[in-house]
Amino acid sequence: MLNPISVAFKKAKQENRPALLTYTVAGDSSKKQSLDILKSISKNADILEVGVPHNTPVADGSQIQTSAYRAIKNGIKLNDIFKIVKDFKKFDKNKPVILMGYYNMIFQYGENKFLNKCKISGVNGLIVVDLPWPENKNFAKKCKKKSIYFIQLLSPTTTKIRLKKIIKDSHPMNYFISMLSTTGGKLKVSPNDILKNYTKIKKIDPKKEIVIGFGITEKTIGKLKSADGLVVGSAICKEISKSLKHRQNPVTNVSKLVKKLKSKIL
Amino acid sequence: MKLKKGIPVIDQGNKLGFWGGKFGGNFVPETLKKPIEDLEVLFNKLKKDKKFIQERDKYFKNWVGAPTRFIKLKNLTNHVGGAQIWSKIVSDANGGAHKIYNATVHCLLAKRSGKKVIIGDTGAGYAGKMLSMAAKKFGLKCKIFMGAKDIARQQPNVKAMKKNGAEVVPVYSGSQTLVDAVSECMRFWVANCDTTAMCVGSTVGPAVFVRICGWSTSQISRELKVQLIDQFGSIPKKLKLYNCVGGGSSSFGFWNEFMDYDKKQCEFIGVEAGGPAKSKKHAAPLTYGSKIGILHGAAQYVNQNSDGQIEETESISAGLDYPGISPLHCFLKDTKRARYTAASDEQALEAYKLVTKFEKLRPSLEPSHAFAVAIAESKKLSKDTIVVVNSCGDAYKDRGILEKRLGKKYVKSN
Repeated sequence: MLNPISVAFKKAKQENRPALLTYTVAGDSSKKQSLDILKSISKNADILEVGVPHNTPVADGSQIQTSAYRAIKNGIKLNDIFKIVKDFKKFDKNKPVILMGYYNMIFQYGENKFLNKCKISGVNGLIVVDLPWPENKNFAKKCKKKSIYFIQLLSPTTTKIRLKKIIKDSHPMNYFISMLSTTGGKLKVSPNDILKNYTKIKKIDPKKEIVIGFGITEKTIGKLKSADGLVVGSAICKEISKSLKHRQNPVTNVSKLVKKLKSKIL
Repeated sequence: MKLKKGIPVIDQGNKLGFWGGKFGGNFVPETLKKPIEDLEVLFNKLKKDKKFIQERDKYFKNWVGAPTRFIKLKNLTNHVGGAQIWSKIVSDANGGAHKIYNATVHCLLAKRSGKKVIIGDTGAGYAGKMLSMAAKKFGLKCKIFMGAKDIARQQPNVKAMKKNGAEVVPVYSGSQTLVDAVSECMRFWVANCDTTAMCVGSTVGPAVFVRICGWSTSQISRELKVQLIDQFGSIPKKLKLYNCVGGGSSSFGFWNEFMDYDKKQCEFIGVEAGGPAKSKKHAAPLTYGSKIGILHGAAQYVNQNSDGQIEETESISAGLDYPGISPLHCFLKDTKRARYTAASDEQALEAYKLVTKFEKLRPSLEPSHAFAVAIAESKKLSKDTIVVVNSCGDAYKDRGILEKRLGKKYVKSN
């Protein structure tokens, strides 16, 4: 059976558009609410990235940090996150879910136990921010055995030789970081330049799906729509923070935002 | 797991940067892989380059002020009535602490790589102060990340940084201490690594930073070795080297040149921050058996909960207030080359009182932890045992805390 992540890309291609990937932090601002958000955005998002909050995140900007600290403060644990994914899959079993987080949490849980739990809960892919190639080779192999995609990150600083090696070892989906930034930074490179880099990477192995993330908002998403997929994270986390501040319902506001994002790439 | 003889410990890591196959490494975002590799190539080349070493030594001698004193604490020895207590007064160094060595080397490296800006983290403020001094000396723009809680409790160093022209960036996330400052500094580097050099303030972080820092602070033990031979004719038969351990930069540097000696002759004792006596929180992952985990790019023993969230620490000493510990010290612990223990806030304060009462020396709260254990153990040791404590920082920065905890008279003295 094809991994639902690949199915989602196929479907988006048939509709002549990039796949829309959303990132929300599990447990932000509560377990129930983060599940409700996933449910409400699943009709417009093609792939759901679910952030595993960590309290020493070395690659996240302030928006995602705020969401992560909020979730941790509310007591979210890894087992709760698996439960959120499982409950979501009961609601929409074909929608692909990717967990994104930092390696220490997997390390403490135990790699094998973690992957078993991913499998049972219905996780389809993993992004581990601080487990780069080649350090991730073993873990990526374990993922493959479970038919879970281990998604490699590629950056503007990744050298050409390294890009080739990483892509050769990679699973069907990779993630290109648009610019030198933590998540949610202001787009300091023009969309055209980002796409130029993207095209270079894409040429190395056109069969592999490459999504672009970091700094993508409502304003910029439309200019990048020739990519295989686009990730929006910080903008959504910001919307949750804003909603809470104004005592509005984050679920409806995020849902509206994702709908708008989708409309810009159609 | 084995410590090799004849090879510097900083070079005993494997291809992926792991000491003993499991401590250290490079758990970093992809964006940092290239700048870290560039720094590795540069450092590996320069540390073998005679001209570079001459340049380093010139600055260490003329600017940092090498060697720092090695003195006997006669009154304290008489009072304790056991081993001879000596001290290496590393706080003599320009700026008042050992952090100057690492800061100087990082600035020299930044100059060679053509970077115009250097950033760094700081806890007690010493790493930041020294980096700001070195940056000024070498004409680099400087930005220091510091936890908001530390900014409040280490004002003298904050003022010094600003006076040196550095921008001090307060960090409000998490516990607002060193751990968050390091995270924020790394995040800034992720976003600016094309133009900016990063200095990690201790022997922590991705492997190359551990190595650069250990290489830099080893100046302390190079000097001490010469001084011991000058004083005693040879390395004493019973030598014990006490040092506080937070990240682990001063202790590693204090011990490095003695690594190959048998531990029966030359024992290393690392003293971690045990925190307030009544608190369960501490900054002593080695003493209290914390599990191995990943923090700031390296595998190490680290205070964390069962889910892998890093736990908050507590210590009177901002410089030791860090949940993790250098991979080098994890390696020295597991190979049993060094012994680790902890002193509480109260024990450190008592030691500070005792040292300042008997000697014209004013160790900061960090080395006061080492003095606490050294004094307690010296009582039971023979008179021919040479105990050396690294007094790696000066208490000037702690005057606010000392005044509050001990009263005014302990701040005014010497």
